[in-house]
Order: sequence, then structure tokens, then C-alpha cells
Amino acid sequence: MTCREFVEFLEAYLSRDLGPAEQAEFERHLAACEACRRYLESYRKAVELGKRAFEPSAEPVPPQVPESLVRAILKAKREQKS
Amino acid sequence: MPHELETLASEEQALLARLRAGDDDAFEELVRSYGGRMLATARRFFTNEADAADAVQDAFLSVHRYLESFSGDSKLSTWLHRIVVNACLMKLRARRARPESSIEELLPRFVGDGHHAAEPADWRPADESELERAESRALVRDAIGQLPEIHRSVLLLRDIEGLSTAETAALLGTSESATKVRLHRARQALRTLLDPHFRSIAAPDAQVTP
Repeated sequence: MTCREFVEFLEAYLSRDLGPAEQAEFERHLAACEACRRYLESYRKAVELGKRAFEPSAEPVPPQVPESLVRAILKAKREQKS
Repeated sequence: MPHELETLASEEQALLARLRAGDDDAFEELVRSYGGRMLATARRFFTNEADAADAVQDAFLSVHRYLESFSGDSKLSTWLHRIVVNACLMKLRARRARPESSIEELLPRFVGDGHHAAEPADWRPADESELERAESRALVRDAIGQLPEIHRSVLLLRDIEGLSTAETAALLGTSESATKVRLHRARQALRTLLDPHFRSIAAPDAQVTP
């Protein structure tokens, strides 16, 4: 297995979508390749950072709805009614 | 705090009753109370403010149309969140034909024999306090905003909304295998964009003092 293949199957590996033979090959490469171990760790961390970036407590205080948008919505609703 | 929850629920109930009775002031109140949070959600999907505002407008028109079907089983804010996410997806699907910026340049590169073209860097160890830092989170949100729309949508639905591959594929009108490929590319691209900020800085022991 090359590093290119390792990276290609990374998501399948993490979602446990690989068959037993592929899984074993994947793990052999991982044990032997420092570069891919580092790639895997940084990939995992990027996913984790992504998941937490929009946690309710993490996002800036919700902005006020711009007045122009409030008016546009009310106007569109009136037009929908008629 | 059961008391507070009950109060909130009864406020929601009262607002809902007025909305169902066709009270225009209640609708405006709904827009003003929940529109900000909905706009923040729409901005995750669209970097263009006008697109995000359009999606929120579409969402409120759906709310008006489908008010009767709101069962009250979930919180009003949860229902509104689902509606605005759907409005964003509908809008994205409608304009799928638009040329997309390429994700290729954000994917890792390899040399002819399949080795990494550049050694991946060690990232600073993840510690709780760093993940909690507001700047880190703003940086990550900004990086997600730089992903091409379709990849960003898949990442938002899978990793942030927590939907399954099948649910995401159905909402985006694509196959599950395409969804998996896009999620992986989106995550790789996110890693590339975050790399300069999270890679460990080499120990300065090699520096010579003048």
C-alpha cells in the first residue's frame, strides 16, 4: 500500500468500511509509515475541530435580523397570501 | 430548571396559537426572535450574504405555509432550524449547474511512487482548552466557509448536523458513494486549510543567539 492509497481509504478505515484484508494492509502501512500516522492524526483533529466549530456555545451571539430582511420576509408573505 | 422550561414552552405555545390564528404581529415577532439564529445557520452554507438572506426568507415562507403541520413534538427552534437547513439545500440544488470552485488544490499531493509530496506536519496535541478557544473556532468556521459549496454542504450535514450518509445523500439528491467521497475530500481540504495554524512550531533550539 502506498501513502496515496492510504489517504484515499482513510475515511473508509475510520468508518470501519474496509474488509478484513484491506483493514490489515491499512494497519501494516500505518505501523510502518510515520508520515501517514501524522496525516491520520491531523485529519482526525481537523474533523474534531470542524464538529466543534458550530456548537451552540461556540458561535457568536446570533445577529439581529437586518431590518431590510424582516421587511422583505413580511412583504413576501403578504404576496404569498394574495 | 423545569420551571424555566415550562415557561418557555408556554410562551412558544402562545406564539404558535397566535400564528395559527393568522396574527400578522405574531409572525413578525417570530421573524425577529428566531431570524438571527436562522441567518447564522444559513451563513454556514452560503458565503454570499444575499444567498443566506434568501434562504432565510424561503424558510419563513415555508413556516407560514406549513404551520399547520408543526406537531409541537419538538421545540419550535428545532423545527425552524430544520426548515432553514432544508431551504439552504433546496437553494443549493436549484443552482447545482453553476461552476464550482475546485477542491483539487486543497487535497494532499503525492509523488510518482505514491509517497507524500510534502511530509505531513505534526499537529500540536489537541488539548481541551485549545479546542474551546474562541479564536480556534472562528478560524475553523472561516476554513469551512472556504470549501466549495457542495463539499461544505456535505461536511455541514454529516459532521455538524450529524446526519447519516444515507440521509445526507437523499437531501442532496446524490448517491451514498458520492457523498462519502465528498465528505472525505471536504475533511482533507479542511485539514489543508487548518494545517498552517495547527502544525507544531519547530523547537527553537537550533537558533543561534547573535
